[in-house]
Amino acid sequence: MKKTIAHYVSDLSKGIKALGIGLLAAVLIALPIIYPKSYVMGVICRMYMYMILAGSLNVINGYSGQFNIGHAGFFCIGAYSEAILATKLGLSFWIALPIGGIMAALIGLLVAMPTLRLRGTYLAIVTLGFSEIIRLVALNWEGLTGGPIGIKGIPSPLFFGFKVSRSIHYYYIFLSLAALFFFITYRVIHSRVGRAWLSIREDELAARSLGVETRFYKATSFMYGAFWAGIAGAAFAPYFRFISSDMFSLDEGFNILSMVIIGGQGTLLGPVVGSIIVNFLTEFLRPISQYRLVVYALLIIGMMWLRPQGLVGASNSILAGGVVKIGRHRHTPTGAAAASGAASGAAPKGGR
Amino acid sequence: MATLLEACDVCQYFGGLKAVEKVSMKIEEGDIFGVIGPNGAGKTTFFNICSGIFKPTAGEIYFRGENITGFLTEKIARKGMARTFQNIQLFKFMTVLENVKIGFHIRTKTNILTAILRGKRFRDDEKFTEEKGLEILERVGLTPYKDTLASNLPYGLQRKVEIARALALDPKILLLDEPVAGMNPAETQELSDFIRKLNNDGYTIAVIEHDMKFVMNTCNHILVLNFGQKICEGTPEFVKNDRGVNEAYFGKGLVVGEGYNHA
Repeated sequence: MKKTIAHYVSDLSKGIKALGIGLLAAVLIALPIIYPKSYVMGVICRMYMYMILAGSLNVINGYSGQFNIGHAGFFCIGAYSEAILATKLGLSFWIALPIGGIMAALIGLLVAMPTLRLRGTYLAIVTLGFSEIIRLVALNWEGLTGGPIGIKGIPSPLFFGFKVSRSIHYYYIFLSLAALFFFITYRVIHSRVGRAWLSIREDELAARSLGVETRFYKATSFMYGAFWAGIAGAAFAPYFRFISSDMFSLDEGFNILSMVIIGGQGTLLGPVVGSIIVNFLTEFLRPISQYRLVVYALLIIGMMWLRPQGLVGASNSILAGGVVKIGRHRHTPTGAAAASGAASGAAPKGGR
Repeated sequence: MATLLEACDVCQYFGGLKAVEKVSMKIEEGDIFGVIGPNGAGKTTFFNICSGIFKPTAGEIYFRGENITGFLTEKIARKGMARTFQNIQLFKFMTVLENVKIGFHIRTKTNILTAILRGKRFRDDEKFTEEKGLEILERVGLTPYKDTLASNLPYGLQRKVEIARALALDPKILLLDEPVAGMNPAETQELSDFIRKLNNDGYTIAVIEHDMKFVMNTCNHILVLNFGQKICEGTPEFVKNDRGVNEAYFGKGLVVGEGYNHA
């Protein structure tokens, strides 16, 4: 009897969940029609893009517990790949997009291979250096990347003969990419692969003793994150029509990192929240220009102090000071499913 | 019975410290093999060598006839060796069931692609981990705690979670590093029974323990280490009456006075 009630409740909450997602999707799809202001659309496009970037960094930092702060490097590779393929070879956006992702993933593997033995701050330094190297290559390889002038006139994608050129149109591209990213990442996280990533973050020694090939899974998570950063970059290039190396500086990497930290590492929702907050702040604080960086800094410091696990991170995680709240038992299977992402919202070990 | 795990003159030096010095042993299939010795005798180091966490300075480890010296821990685990740790290495912020599920890693095959597509392989694997995970929890008596965060459990139960997680690998041999530390006598007795039950089910077990009563009651073969060296090996009866062992534990004076019988 009890079981049937539980099932009923579970089905009901599943239904509510599906309904909620459906409603959200409807609102997001209808938004440009209801409110087609170009400026707002542009801001939202950027939010979606940063959701992918922060989300992909979150896979590396939040789920598999590594410490990558050079995510802008992968972003850069994706953007340049698309720009070069589209301008020099005249390749369609839809072909160049996955190529951008794959390029970033391959470079991600190259970075991951020698760094598999490094952890925490050491890995962070390597990724920092990598990000700068990518930027410097883009700046100095004039034949391919246009050097300091960058690449101009990146052609707009064609969607069945329809030219995607305005923010409103790009809105749908970024929306579908972000939706795709979160859909796929959700599935990966809630599988054997996701469990392997989590186990590495939680306790690498134990993971190895259980037969989890930590090197392989660290490399996969790096490549997975890099792939999506590359995709975001490849979508960004035609949207902005112009790219140059100074868009992919270390600041950009820190910007993405701050979204992950503010939103909450190791949760799917964290990067979404982080991206929305940081992008809102960027827009609101435009009048004070460079001083807004001070606000970011204060925000991150305050965040680390008051809520180290991020806004939507679980309170019982390593990042929240490593204290387990007594009596936090999860009884319902549905509750467990919803909270499993949150409960595992712990920090990378190296980050402590 | 065939030899399952064999160590040949294994040495492990940390700088000038000879943590393990020329230790040899043979664990036969079906054994409950005890490793005892005073603190700092090199027992855990020896286990770490067997399970690939340390690469021995010299000597070889054979597992099911294959030389596994210097293999990665994860590879050794895949070959059928599971272990627990002295200072419990649970995934603290995961539930008990989630902990056990990770133990099924090597027995499932889902990769990123099948996880995204959620094909038959994925569904089979998820069903397998869920069902077998619950089955193992039932077996070790942790079912009521399946949704509890691992670190919320008392010490004794945490050790059981670690054993449950190791069992998920369906190992040929199970290395237990001080499984009854922090348990009261009743719990110790229960675990002793449980280990013997596992042994009856066909698992070979090697166990490090300080609790002499536990070791003497549970194990059928005992290896004694002191200062990294093997000082004795044999049945509990044999080890109990060995002069070297008693000297290592009680000092020379007490042994002469036969004080060890009361220990």
